[in-house]
Amino acid sequence: MLLYFIKRLLMLIPVLFFVSVLVFLIMRVFSPDPATIVLGQAATLEKAEAWREQMGLNKPIVEQYLEYMYNALHGDFGVSYFSNTPVTSELLARLPATIELAVIAIIIASIVGVVFGIISAVKKNSIIDNFTMTTALIGVSMPVFWLGMILIIVFSGWLHLVPSGGRIDSLMKPYDGTGFYFYDTFMSGDWEAFFNALQHAALPAITLAGYSMAIITRMTRSSMLDVLHQDYIRTAKAKGLSAFSVIFKHAFRNALLPIITVIGLQFGSLLSGAVLTETVFAWPGIGAYSVQCILRSDFPVIQSVVLIVAFVFVMMNLIVDLLYAALDPRVKYSQESA
Amino acid sequence: MLLDVQHLTTEFKTRHGPIQAVRDVSFCIEKGEILALVGESGSGKSVTSLSIMGLLSSNGRVSNGKIMFNGEDLLTKSDHALRKIRGNNISMIFQEPMTSLNPIFTVGDQILESIRLHTKLTKKEAQEKMLHLLDLVGIPNPAKRVKDYPHQLSGGMRQRIMIAIAMSCEPQLLIADEPTTALDVTIQAQILDLIYRMREQFNISVLLITHDLGVVAEAADRVAVMYCGRIVEEGTTRDILTRPCHPYTQGLLKSIPRLDDNSQRLYMIPGMVPPPEEVPDFCAFADRCERATEDCRKGLPPFVSLKDRRVRCVNVIAED
Amino acid sequence: MTDYALSARRSSKWGDMWASICANKAALFSLLFILLLVVTAIVTAITDALGIQILPYDPNLTDMNNAFIAPNAEHWFGTDQLGRDIFCRVIDGTKVSLSVGVAAVSIALITGTLLGAVGGYFGGRLDNLIMRAMDVILSVPSILLAITFMAAMGRGLDKAVLAIGLVSIPEYARIARSCVMSVKANDYIQAARVTGCSNLRIILKHIVPNITSPIVVRATLGISSAVLDTAALGFLGLGVQPPFAEWGDMLARSRSFIFSAPYTLIFPGLAITITVLAFNLFGDGLRDALDPRSRRR
Repeated sequence: MLLYFIKRLLMLIPVLFFVSVLVFLIMRVFSPDPATIVLGQAATLEKAEAWREQMGLNKPIVEQYLEYMYNALHGDFGVSYFSNTPVTSELLARLPATIELAVIAIIIASIVGVVFGIISAVKKNSIIDNFTMTTALIGVSMPVFWLGMILIIVFSGWLHLVPSGGRIDSLMKPYDGTGFYFYDTFMSGDWEAFFNALQHAALPAITLAGYSMAIITRMTRSSMLDVLHQDYIRTAKAKGLSAFSVIFKHAFRNALLPIITVIGLQFGSLLSGAVLTETVFAWPGIGAYSVQCILRSDFPVIQSVVLIVAFVFVMMNLIVDLLYAALDPRVKYSQESA
Repeated sequence: MLLDVQHLTTEFKTRHGPIQAVRDVSFCIEKGEILALVGESGSGKSVTSLSIMGLLSSNGRVSNGKIMFNGEDLLTKSDHALRKIRGNNISMIFQEPMTSLNPIFTVGDQILESIRLHTKLTKKEAQEKMLHLLDLVGIPNPAKRVKDYPHQLSGGMRQRIMIAIAMSCEPQLLIADEPTTALDVTIQAQILDLIYRMREQFNISVLLITHDLGVVAEAADRVAVMYCGRIVEEGTTRDILTRPCHPYTQGLLKSIPRLDDNSQRLYMIPGMVPPPEEVPDFCAFADRCERATEDCRKGLPPFVSLKDRRVRCVNVIAED
Repeated sequence: MTDYALSARRSSKWGDMWASICANKAALFSLLFILLLVVTAIVTAITDALGIQILPYDPNLTDMNNAFIAPNAEHWFGTDQLGRDIFCRVIDGTKVSLSVGVAAVSIALITGTLLGAVGGYFGGRLDNLIMRAMDVILSVPSILLAITFMAAMGRGLDKAVLAIGLVSIPEYARIARSCVMSVKANDYIQAARVTGCSNLRIILKHIVPNITSPIVVRATLGISSAVLDTAALGFLGLGVQPPFAEWGDMLARSRSFIFSAPYTLIFPGLAITITVLAFNLFGDGLRDALDPRSRRR
């Protein structure tokens, strides 16, 4: 198992290497001269030259790449073109907000998706199944940002139940802690702030969860339907097991394998969905920050965000594969190859 | 009498209206008896067994009849009461040992599950019982095998495990639905022999469902032949196999290759089995029958009783 | 004789498909809606080019005196912050979303299918190289990669087409490759090879017909996600240049008036959702029609 894990981990290195090359090339080859973007068309040649010198853009591209990667592997993602602050610290400051949102969203999406998927499969073609599947289909057809805005109109505009943006009321804000507000407020026992943070997180989390929820529901349903037709389910019934045991012990445990794969993949799409969701809800995370940086062509930041997301995405895939191997006795690690 | 099926009719809802898969089927099984239900695929024999187990798929239902087990009608029993009978008093093994075991549990877990569901044995007692069962069904080195997953075992081994699960609560009735069809010929004989031994040892009754007359000859005491959802002939194995009275049974027997007769080509019953929605109200075999007369198409022929057997035919082949 | 039999079977395959779609009301309705969208897009594009105005209002004409009119009989969807009629802008935006969607899918479909088919057919190092390249693209979430392309290339619809197209290449490559490999393994292809058919002939006669249906299904569903991606890029301000109407861009600009004039963002969003829904439903119907195995579900 350990050997398999190490082998898979090593296989990630070339993929991540080429991703970094790809992103680096996109930023350097497709884009116009960053100096004109940053300093404006009116900047003098000398000024532009000086800026390029300062940013290290005068060196050969291979050298630039190697330097960037060397630094990145040491935790230094360079300096923002605009604020001149280290990208690493900018991202670290915003990372907890994004992780908090993404984790809440994936939990909501998984629980709701799996529960409704199972109900739909067991009560196939019933009213609840049709309703769930229609909702899920609309869910995958709706733009994330529009769903967010509709929720804002209904829940904060009309019903005044929750705020329309931000992570926590500004009065409660200065929290010295991990930056994970739920954790911080919970540990310090500040319930008012905890519930305030919860209110703020409700809409963005549901918005972000929406698409994944729909995908997970559909996958759970079809996976359960597949399994429920298997011979071993008939065997389980013939043993005299209750419907509950048949569904949860025998069917769901088998249906879980493809569901886990989908949930893992959804975590990656959640990270990109966060770009849109955070923008709609003014959520101070990496997503909203990268949109600002994209609009002003702050390449070092974009480059780093894509690299980090790709890393997380690839790692999630690896974890999914490992979970799969752990849950399915038919998968043998030793025979597994590229 | 252990099982007495009376006028069983099972139908399935389809897009084109209900289809009857089993039509007014009656038979009974005595204690310790092996009854074979024989027929081609689609003749309703498997549906009959699933009706007895109460395991019809969601679009199927028993529309008429009684299934008396130990004097009680299973069809009137609640789900809960049925679950107490399933796997305990009546158990079942299936055609596909490759897919009938849950791939993600060890075989030991799957046997234990059944034992502990219906008995009050402690974990340790259940484990001892399991090892004893595995020994009984002829699995070498049981203590080691119980930790295996189904995919690590051969088809024959898996069918033995299925039999162990079925025997785990010493049932009164074992339903074996094509238990040997998916297995190699040498393994087939072993599994049949095992079922036979189980019967001897525990005095259980067996409902053996098969399309293979060879299997019937080897194991069954009595045979009921099904065609298009109806029983056409029933009698002792010896009578049916040596002196069939129904033209369909005769056709089936003639179409088995025989070693002692290499003079002629293999016999084939002319025509085709009608699809379930086109089964007529008269004798369903009339269209393919060489002995068919006008009378065959005037309603369903009643059973003719001849000594130990009954035949549903107007032109019974005379016993000689 | 054989050719006749083959063509008869093929036409009945498409006939079956058509019958199956007609039986699926949602898919049929979606198809009609998609046709309506296409007609709308073509008509608005042509009249636009000819300078004829067939919409009741000029979708791009600013009229500050009529800003923020709630939906009424004259302005069905109301007017926006610049007094432009939202109904006309939604109609006008159809051609942007559809053309970007179709163009992006075409790029992805042609490039991806070719790469996948070539890799699958010839195998070996070329195949390995192509598939590893696809893995690299797949290891970044697609919309994020599209955004990255846009960030580098700058805003504009042409670039949106390119970005969305490029990131969806792997899907088609994978489908084409696995199809080609399974077809290639068939006995009749081996037989064709033995009898000396050229590679080109084998590809045209045997492989192309076999990969058509999965690719068509994927492309239909691909248009729905391309429309969504277009809207997302537009929403982030990476799509069209003002003043042209694009659904995502309209939503972005209405955001500031979310409480005072919610109608300004309800209708463009509905337009996106219904369009995507139609392509999803039609794609699902098409898949069920072409692959009877999935219909049982």
